[in-house]
Amino acid sequence: MFSTLDFSVIPLALPAIFKGLAFSLELTLIAMIGGVILGTLLALARLSGGKWLGRAAKFYVDIMRSIPLLMMILWFFFLIPLLTGQPIGQEKSAIITFTLFQAAFYSEIMRAGIQSIPRGQVNAALAIGMTYWQSMGHVILPQAFRNMVPVLLTQTFVLFQDTSLVYAIGATDLLKAAENAGMLYGRTVEMYLFVSLIYFAICFALSMLVKYMNKRIAIIR
Amino acid sequence: MIQIQNVSKWYGQFQVLTDCTTSIAKGEVVVVCGPSGSGKSTLIKCVNGLEPVQQGKIIVDGIQVNDPATNLPKLRSHVGMVFQHFELFPHMSIIQNLAIGQVKVLGRSQDEANERGMKLLDRVGIKSHANKFPGELSGGQQQRVAIARALSMDPICMLFDEPTSALDPEMISEVLDVMVDLAHEGMTMMVVTHEMGFARKVAHRVVFMDQGKIVEDASKDEFFGQPRSDRAQQFLSKILNH
Amino acid sequence: MNYHWNWNVFFQTIPSGDETYLAWIIHGLGWTVSISLAAWVIALVLGSVMGTLRTVPNTGLRLIGHAWVEFFRNVPLLMQLFIWFFVVPEMLPRDWGMWVKQDMPAKEFITAFVALGLFTSARVAEQVRAGIQALPRGQRNAGLAIGFTQAQTYRYVILPMAFRIIIPPLTSEFMNAFKNSGVAYTVGVWELIFVSRQMVEETGGQVIESLIVPTVLYILCAYAANQLMAVIDRRAHVPGFIVAK
Repeated sequence: MFSTLDFSVIPLALPAIFKGLAFSLELTLIAMIGGVILGTLLALARLSGGKWLGRAAKFYVDIMRSIPLLMMILWFFFLIPLLTGQPIGQEKSAIITFTLFQAAFYSEIMRAGIQSIPRGQVNAALAIGMTYWQSMGHVILPQAFRNMVPVLLTQTFVLFQDTSLVYAIGATDLLKAAENAGMLYGRTVEMYLFVSLIYFAICFALSMLVKYMNKRIAIIR
Repeated sequence: MIQIQNVSKWYGQFQVLTDCTTSIAKGEVVVVCGPSGSGKSTLIKCVNGLEPVQQGKIIVDGIQVNDPATNLPKLRSHVGMVFQHFELFPHMSIIQNLAIGQVKVLGRSQDEANERGMKLLDRVGIKSHANKFPGELSGGQQQRVAIARALSMDPICMLFDEPTSALDPEMISEVLDVMVDLAHEGMTMMVVTHEMGFARKVAHRVVFMDQGKIVEDASKDEFFGQPRSDRAQQFLSKILNH
Repeated sequence: MNYHWNWNVFFQTIPSGDETYLAWIIHGLGWTVSISLAAWVIALVLGSVMGTLRTVPNTGLRLIGHAWVEFFRNVPLLMQLFIWFFVVPEMLPRDWGMWVKQDMPAKEFITAFVALGLFTSARVAEQVRAGIQALPRGQRNAGLAIGFTQAQTYRYVILPMAFRIIIPPLTSEFMNAFKNSGVAYTVGVWELIFVSRQMVEETGGQVIESLIVPTVLYILCAYAANQLMAVIDRRAHVPGFIVAK
């Protein structure tokens, strides 16, 4: 049954596969950085005590978290051209969607992280004369980030896997590249197996990193 | 009843028990004491096979505990154990806690188990709480239930692993009273505890452990009269002068 | 933005038949719910078994549980679906493969919920393991000390409490099963995402209408799943027990 498999097409397809992989990684990285920054701001908005601001942030987070990502990808892909009057392409649309979508999830993580820092830390920072923003920037957020690194990475692990969903709008990520190459050479089965292996290797490495971080942080505490 | 012969145990490289030997006769009450980390809790967990030992032999009622062929569940069903943190099953009511072992392990009927359970709850003074859940009881009450649970299996001997050290001071005596009654009835008991008052009152012998070794194994009068080892003397002066 | 709203689009008939779009969406919802629930059953059963195996004393069994989790957790769901749909039939003996490809009834639906179920089972297994490990170690000892076997200790002592502890994370996995079910459109199941995309294409620009109704239905599904789990949580509540976290 395996006799019909022919992996000799893989070297031919490698350049295209790498291009797809590069986009998957690029999307992950941009959405992670953008998502963490935006998410931290959302978390601060929710914790600010400002009624209107806090509610708006909560509404945004709740909406993003209750709608399937696949649906969100379609929304942005079809809606942005309606709003701006011109299509912006699958790749850009994907980057915007993922950043805004992931921000909601990162914000929940950062909120938990900030809340895990004892109230006394803020008081101590304020007592030595820091402003609110200084106490956040120098005292609270650095501690919150450090505590949350494993959880943030776990979210990134989910994010990386989710990038495969850009398939829905035809952006050429790792999975789509495999499909294209499979069709081009008539070797879909081999391509899917090969790309699964790439996904597995990356995700496994990432999950090992999370495990390692968890252990290290457990020791620091 | 219980024989511990040349038992040694390691956690990885670290040796927690070194060549421990002692025995407990039928009807005897033996108190095991010693500073924290001395291995006394580990030793008592070895008696019913909750902790494996790497060397030596433990024999309970003629059955070798650390023999792979031994049916441990069967043996444990005759050996009652009371834990430091009570370990009642939080999702079951008090009476269910007492009945579950009787029904599932001893094969008694639910009615029979409940009846026996109620009798024992009455005895430890918790009958009115039979349908509550463990989380609704105070620590002292929970520990008395735990003793009743162990008794519900009609044990041939009882192991107590620091039964009062997780309790608030005012609750300690209610638990000790139950244990004293039990001792007076002739139950074979091995008790890891710091309660020297209890030891004075009912113990026949005291075993003193330090750094995984049995340093002193003497009759109660000898131990409280003049312990032979310096460590035991230091230990006694520390906890008695409080 | 110059958008021409037309809610009547839902009462137009689809080009490929005499159903209205509204009826089609309701069918789509039916498929979404069916896939999600069927997958959840698989995930709960296999996830519980595998998560439990990861905590037993036997090294071999632990390894099986671990391998299961790593295998199904480290490849994206969509990729796994493609593997089951396009690759596995090629790996089967020739006759079986032909049968799967040509004659198997409802093969798109079955492949989709099996793939989603297995993917989710790895995540459920992680939660079950965490729940078991969150229990005080003394509970296992207490079970063994009254003479329970390992299996009885799990059945009567460990699992009843572990499952109560993990109801909140299981709730979000249950909701995730609904959210993730959309990938089934890629193998041709006519569920909500599929219908939604078709509507965008066929109605010539009624984008918002086409997307908003399925979106609301998804939110309602997630809400229903959440409420169902909340009912279970209340029923399973143990008086006096506070989850220590």
